[in-house]
Amino acid sequence: MIAIQRKYSIERRDFQSAGQVSSSIKKIMKQVGVNPEVIRRVSVASYETEMNIIIHSNGGTMEFSIGSDYIKIIALDRGPGIDDIDLAMKEGYSTATKDVRELGFGAGMGLPNIKRCADDFDIQSEVGKCTRITIGFNL
Amino acid sequence: MKLLEIQKLLEAEVLSGHEHMEREVTNAFAADLMSDVLAFVDDKTILLTGLTNPHTIRTAEMMDINAIVFVRGKKPDEETLKMAEENQIVTMTTKNIMFVTSGILYKKGLRGANIIHK
Ligand SMILES: Nc1ncnc2c1ncn2[C@@H]1O[C@H](COP(=O)(O)OP(=O)(O)OP(=O)(O)O)[C@@H](O)[C@H]1O
Ligand SMILES: [Mg+2]
Repeated sequence: MIAIQRKYSIERRDFQSAGQVSSSIKKIMKQVGVNPEVIRRVSVASYETEMNIIIHSNGGTMEFSIGSDYIKIIALDRGPGIDDIDLAMKEGYSTATKDVRELGFGAGMGLPNIKRCADDFDIQSEVGKCTRITIGFNL
Repeated sequence: MKLLEIQKLLEAEVLSGHEHMEREVTNAFAADLMSDVLAFVDDKTILLTGLTNPHTIRTAEMMDINAIVFVRGKKPDEETLKMAEENQIVTMTTKNIMFVTSGILYKKGLRGANIIHK
């Protein structure tokens, strides 16, 4: 059973509205009365995912759904894809440029953070095409 | 420790959330990289940072952090402060550098926030 489902589109380099998707998702979870500890984990994972799409991709979408016992986020972007996923998953690995670092991103902690927060985590990527990240949380 | 006490110790100027100065915090986390902030777990944590852009407020919002100290006399712009106000986040600015800010609060009993290891 899916109680609520939302799909958001995210533009490349849109630092202005960065975080708005995750903020909306957080509000929905609060309204539904999700456990605060779960809300925090979902929020962190969703924010890191959203920022990665803005910073590293050509833009894409995030789909959020919440059912009676599960929360799911699917992020799908329009490339450029990730060549070496194992490397990208390493703590401290980042290709972020100087201007992005000055905003406080580029620690290379995002993907490991997402994995740590989630109960289920899957990342698939095709270079030149897309990256798809699926994140699940048990309620 | 109450936010009011922190303000006094750091001789800080309160920028948003004036009505929430009675809040208690037990831990602190000092960082200029938001993903480092997003990796810790504790409740009742105050964030010490030199970063004043809107992403700092967003990060705090995501983590349920409701108090931020900007070090080295830094101040965010109006827009960013409005965002803090909307999210009921107390922000203050101190002339102290990060090291001194941390030292003062540590000496008075605040402890470091825990990082998730998994
Ligand atoms: N959606 C994406 N598309 C293409 N490359 C990506 C994407 N997400 C992450 N990457 C690549 O993986 C690297 C590691 O990502 P990760 O989120 O762990 O760190 P970061 O974004 O560089 O820094 P931080 O998240 O700490 O601010 C990135 O630097 C980038 O090279
Ligand atoms: Mg990232």
